[in-house]
Amino acid sequence: MECRHELKATMKDPKRCLEDAADLYSYAYDASFGIFQPDLVLQPMSTEETAAIVKIANIHRVPLYPRGRGTSLSGGPLAVHGGVVLDFSLWDQKLEIHPDDMIAIVSPGVLTGSIDTAAGKHGLMYPPDPSSAHVSTIGGNLAENSGGPRGLKYGVTKDYVIGLEVVTPEGEVIRTGGKTVKNVTGYDLTKLIVGSEGTLGIVTEAILKLIPKPVATKTALVPFKDLVDSGKAISKILTSGILPSKMEIMDQASLLAVEEYEPLGLPIHAEAVLLLELDGHPEAIAQEMEVVEKVCLDAGAEEVKVARDAIEERELWKARKLVSPAIVKIKPTKISEDATVPRSKIPEMFRRLKIIRDTYGVHLVVFGHAGDGNLHPNIIADQRDAEEMRRVEEAVGEIFKAAVELGGTLSGEHGIGVMKSPFMEMEVGKEGLDMMHRIKRAWDPNNVLNPGKIFPEPGQRLVLSNE
Amino acid sequence: MSSTMDYTTSLAYDETFACVQCGYCLPSCPTYITMKKETHSPRGRINLVKMAAEGKISIDDLAGPMELCLGCRACEPACPTNVQYGKILESALSTVSAYRKEYETVKQKTIKKVLFHHVFPKRNVLGFIGSGLHWYQSWHLDDLVKKLNLTRVLPESMREMEAIMPEVLSGKRKEETTAVKEGETRFKVAFFTGCVMDTFFRKVNDLSMKLLTASGCEVHFIEEQTCCGALHQHSGERDKARKLAMANIEAFEKLDVDFVVNSIGGCGAAMVEYHHLFEVGDPWYDRAKQFASKSKDISAILRQVDLPFKERSPLNVAYQPSCHLTNVQRVADEPLELISRIPGVKFLPYPDMKMCCGSAGIYNLVHYEESMDILDMKMKNIRSVRPDVILTSNPGCHLQMLLGVKREGLEGKIKVMHLVELLAESCNIH
Repeated sequence: MECRHELKATMKDPKRCLEDAADLYSYAYDASFGIFQPDLVLQPMSTEETAAIVKIANIHRVPLYPRGRGTSLSGGPLAVHGGVVLDFSLWDQKLEIHPDDMIAIVSPGVLTGSIDTAAGKHGLMYPPDPSSAHVSTIGGNLAENSGGPRGLKYGVTKDYVIGLEVVTPEGEVIRTGGKTVKNVTGYDLTKLIVGSEGTLGIVTEAILKLIPKPVATKTALVPFKDLVDSGKAISKILTSGILPSKMEIMDQASLLAVEEYEPLGLPIHAEAVLLLELDGHPEAIAQEMEVVEKVCLDAGAEEVKVARDAIEERELWKARKLVSPAIVKIKPTKISEDATVPRSKIPEMFRRLKIIRDTYGVHLVVFGHAGDGNLHPNIIADQRDAEEMRRVEEAVGEIFKAAVELGGTLSGEHGIGVMKSPFMEMEVGKEGLDMMHRIKRAWDPNNVLNPGKIFPEPGQRLVLSNE
Repeated sequence: MSSTMDYTTSLAYDETFACVQCGYCLPSCPTYITMKKETHSPRGRINLVKMAAEGKISIDDLAGPMELCLGCRACEPACPTNVQYGKILESALSTVSAYRKEYETVKQKTIKKVLFHHVFPKRNVLGFIGSGLHWYQSWHLDDLVKKLNLTRVLPESMREMEAIMPEVLSGKRKEETTAVKEGETRFKVAFFTGCVMDTFFRKVNDLSMKLLTASGCEVHFIEEQTCCGALHQHSGERDKARKLAMANIEAFEKLDVDFVVNSIGGCGAAMVEYHHLFEVGDPWYDRAKQFASKSKDISAILRQVDLPFKERSPLNVAYQPSCHLTNVQRVADEPLELISRIPGVKFLPYPDMKMCCGSAGIYNLVHYEESMDILDMKMKNIRSVRPDVILTSNPGCHLQMLLGVKREGLEGKIKVMHLVELLAESCNIH
């Protein structure tokens, strides 16, 4: 890298240039698969520094990979073609809440959870809640358009971004959108950048919309003997005039794993358990819960267990929280997918997942956001077993295929990254992918920003190993 | 540099596969927060151990990030997949230590030998040191520091520590038993005093035994007990740690007690994991496991008994939990419950209370600057709630808190006490 010296000179503090072997290997991974050592890691803390880096990189054709705290499940920040990783996690100084405008203005390294906490002090909330919200940065969430359990009622990251400051792939600084909810001036570049996985620009500041914070929540656990009944219950609840803030499902395999791991007295004979949360005014949700109870029982639920207080609420959610530690007891490698289907297709998707599980002989459990069709089929395997991993790769391919066939999508909230790019054409079609490619080429003619993501490279296939 | 060692076996390579790299440990790690890079995070360190085992990086590359780990193990309760970080860390430190032994100079070997083989395990040496001389002078560290050209690292930390060292009590403890009235014994316990604790905070040990007695326990002191071996283990001196563990197990097997009680978060943590020092199948493994299951922090025992409170203590109290007590012994609620029982006390939770204070064994001596960054963060959080007293549960944290109070210029305004001291005071036990 001939411009190494020039790139390093952009950092006001030389401590923010990392190039030891240990440092480079520490920025070679994320929460997905693959190890790709960058040539250099820089930790920018201002728009000026970021723009200066991008300008140099664009001239010298050096790949840049923006990164938050590396919690990506799709390989978003991996340095697949070498070059420079830009670690934005240090740039967390700006977190302004403007209660009168109901907005937050943040720098890219701010933790997602901190935004909601800060908003909460003003009776407001920032709803997107990926389960990594206490670790992940808003910059990463914007790049991947992250979701979370509350997506059912409140939508995902893109629904809360109204303005951005972006460094373009040529190192120019632009602003998109603004501080108003209504804004139809020109193309909606804000929405284009959100979810573009760092391939079109680097977000250096974001203006986020906030909403009033509901004052209370109520949680219920509902076991179903028959999985199909749980699917019916989901649809019935949603058409009964009630929109729960969360509606999560755990299949029997998850229940068994949790119970084996820590006996909580879960209904392990049930084929599925729904975990529901209502939020709003205490009196309103008390009444809504009565409706939910009735609808569930009518749909074939065995019982509806409603938490009486915050402690019981935590107890009920504990089962969901323990799924991850419980399943990795079986085997250490966890492949977490987020294929999503239309709500009405949830029971059919479950059926297909069962077939895939048996066909490829993989250990598959399903627990996820049932209310919005964003199931999380998780395959548990051992990375060191090459033969097993090949079967897993095939099974994952089949899961994507099933989701798309049912009118769903490859990715509900994790992003495409490197992991799912080989399947892009299957969902968006040759022409659709070509239009996306044209946008990429127009914005980033030198392919400097996060190359190797979203678009499949010739002959690329799904690889779930670190080799 | 080539070596004769096989790193895939000396490093806990298999254990690294349990890490799914989700990053949930990052916010819990003090060095990730102060040093601001992935390299100094638990996820980063686990990955580096894996990379070293696979020969992608050298042991030299691995050494720095591993040695800068506090070993507070706050990442373990934060981990959703139960990665055995402690085991991975120790394997790395002992590999680094073995690697260094192949290459390190005679001088470097001497300082370690004096510290770990002669000073910590010998109660009488610490006792002698304790009898009036400044601690580091009497460990002949000042001489060594000069000879070994360690002046770069040690002098400031030593000077700072010297200024806050408490007065020490001397004299050898004798085997003793405090009896309780026949038929009224709540628990039969043996007491573990520790070496640093018994030298610098002997009073806390005395009060601990008195409190246990006053609350109906039959308390035994066994003379043959020795250093717990924690510091050796954390420095990669595993063989020495194993020998000390065996000596303690043997000493306490002499008596059939319900519990072996201590008031030292760090030593207690080493003891509840004694079986990790032996292979499954080794008869010592079972003996160690038996010992480990009996080893308890005093707060876990006192919570189960009625304490004879007599005095009101109208104090605003902050608590600095020992990391090893919280994260390894998993004793987190018991001290808080005891604090809430003390008449008159107002407990003040502060931000990031569970985070390490930066003491971490001898971390604050060998990595002074890094330790002070962590301490300053801790003190800022403690100051924000304006306590009268900071309670501790481990001597290392206690010294660090004294240092923190001094650095903030709050001497005379904030008192540092072991939890046992405040409990005893409230029970009118002196």
